[in-house]
Amino acid sequence: MFKSERKSAMGASRVNILSMNTIVLVGVLLCAIPFVYMISASFRREGDLYKLPVTVYPREWTMHNFHTLFDKTEYVRWYGNTIFTASIRTVLGVYLAALAGAAFAKYEFRFKRFFFFLVLATLTLPFHMLLIPLFLLMRDFGWVDNYLAIIVPGMVNAFNIFLMRQYIEAVPGELMDAARIDGASEIGMFHRIILPLVRPALGVVGILTFVWTWNDFLWPLVVLHDDAKYLLSNGIATMDGPYEVETGAIMAGSFLATLPIIIIFILMQRQIIAGLTQGAIRG
Amino acid sequence: MSAHTLTTGENTQPFSLADWWSRNQRKVIPYIFLAPFLLSFAVFTVYPAGVALFLSFQRTRGFQQAEAGGGVVLEYKGWANYERLLTKDKRFREAMINGAEFWLGTLLVQMPLALAVALALNSPNIRFRVLGRLAFFAPYITSAVVVGWIFRFVYDQNFGWMNSALAQLGIEGPAWIRDVNFVMPSLIILGLWTWVGFNSLFFLAGLQNVPDDLKEAARIDGASTIRVFWHITIPFLRPVFVFVVVTGGIGSFSLFSQPYLLLDFPNTGPFDSGLFPLMYLYDMGFLNIRMGYASAIGYILTVVILIITGMQLLLFRLWKV
Repeated sequence: MFKSERKSAMGASRVNILSMNTIVLVGVLLCAIPFVYMISASFRREGDLYKLPVTVYPREWTMHNFHTLFDKTEYVRWYGNTIFTASIRTVLGVYLAALAGAAFAKYEFRFKRFFFFLVLATLTLPFHMLLIPLFLLMRDFGWVDNYLAIIVPGMVNAFNIFLMRQYIEAVPGELMDAARIDGASEIGMFHRIILPLVRPALGVVGILTFVWTWNDFLWPLVVLHDDAKYLLSNGIATMDGPYEVETGAIMAGSFLATLPIIIIFILMQRQIIAGLTQGAIRG
Repeated sequence: MSAHTLTTGENTQPFSLADWWSRNQRKVIPYIFLAPFLLSFAVFTVYPAGVALFLSFQRTRGFQQAEAGGGVVLEYKGWANYERLLTKDKRFREAMINGAEFWLGTLLVQMPLALAVALALNSPNIRFRVLGRLAFFAPYITSAVVVGWIFRFVYDQNFGWMNSALAQLGIEGPAWIRDVNFVMPSLIILGLWTWVGFNSLFFLAGLQNVPDDLKEAARIDGASTIRVFWHITIPFLRPVFVFVVVTGGIGSFSLFSQPYLLLDFPNTGPFDSGLFPLMYLYDMGFLNIRMGYASAIGYILTVVILIITGMQLLLFRLWKV
């Protein structure tokens, strides 16, 4: 009897496995289609895109769109601008979040709970709601069309502080006490004990910050007006305007802008997902 | 010696900053570590929030002239901006309704799909786990600008892939983003593509928290798969459901880049069918230069989002295991 029950369970799960695999495969396909469109359109001539019947592959492969992108728009410059600002913001953001995270995780001090409440409060309050006064502030600082406006205001991010606190809590306190007895300074310990031990977390927070800065659109739209100063997101968003480029070139620009993000994700999949799902599930 | 000498019996030592620092650094350092956050919080959150509150009670004119060196004219109007937004402004009402519709669409379609994907990815013997995770997550990390562009072309009535695919099935596709009835579905489909995979990761993490022995025990007691799912798995996923509902709500009311690109802002779809609150704020603040009015929009949105966040607590209290 036991045997037969087992057999039926296996039979059921075979159907199950098949249906589960089908769900995943169909999902993968649906997720891929817009990317396929993007890549395919990047290598087509405009006439090929607007011709029936619609085809998945280009009828004739061409690099024409990439030439348009490099010759007719400031694309290369936007790319450089984005790498530059996103990198600086990432390095500073990670470092400052680690500092604050260490304070919450490893020290006792007055107003600790109140300060942590402030972190949680900024976590729920969307930055966009302050768009108008923040823009006015940037104008008063003379930061319009200046990358300081991109780098500084969102640099000390509450979510990052929260994540860093979680990770730094795992650093053993005995290690720090031992170092104190040996005469280590608190700042020295931060650099020589805490930071090396939470290196994976620094990676996660760094990547999230980098990707977020790379993709952000609204804030650069508000503070960068000179098209030579644009980041990729504003650049790509306005490509149909002053440059009058066509669909293929827009898709080529989108493709090149997406590529590094996807590559980073492929390399760091596990860490990124772990970082993002942390905290949410604890409820 | 000098006035700085501390005379405490025999161990008289001159006061030195280095000495004081080495004794007290442990007490002082957390404040130094937190200083960047506190400074940034004061300058980029508290101060702007105050300015926005002040502006939201003013009628503002002359920001354009101010660029040229002229003065900004502020005129105190009391609650007039809020009153107008909440009672008279039809575009604002449309934007809020659109936000709510998008949220509802997200909840009804996205959550079940995300759960299904998570269940599939969680089952043993799945073949394409790594590929699956990559494919489901890639849309989320793709720039919203890029996503908006791609879908604008995919929804093209004559040459878009959407209608070509429908034509294969013998269906004549609609005009999507040019048809008042299809703008919202277009956005919801775009949203599904972007967020189903992302949300499924949270469900997946939640599923991995469900203890296997509990399910096993229930099954030995004769519970059917469906009952086990309903009475054990779903309650364990409670925090994930709440998280998805709340973040979905916040995201819906602050949707910006996707409709901006999809509908070619300042176009907002026929009859404002694709206008969202944050787009309206941007429109009022930066295109119409009515900073006071836009600040009031910001405050109303903040209140809405705080209410949604507060729902989190309420949902937790109502839905007890």
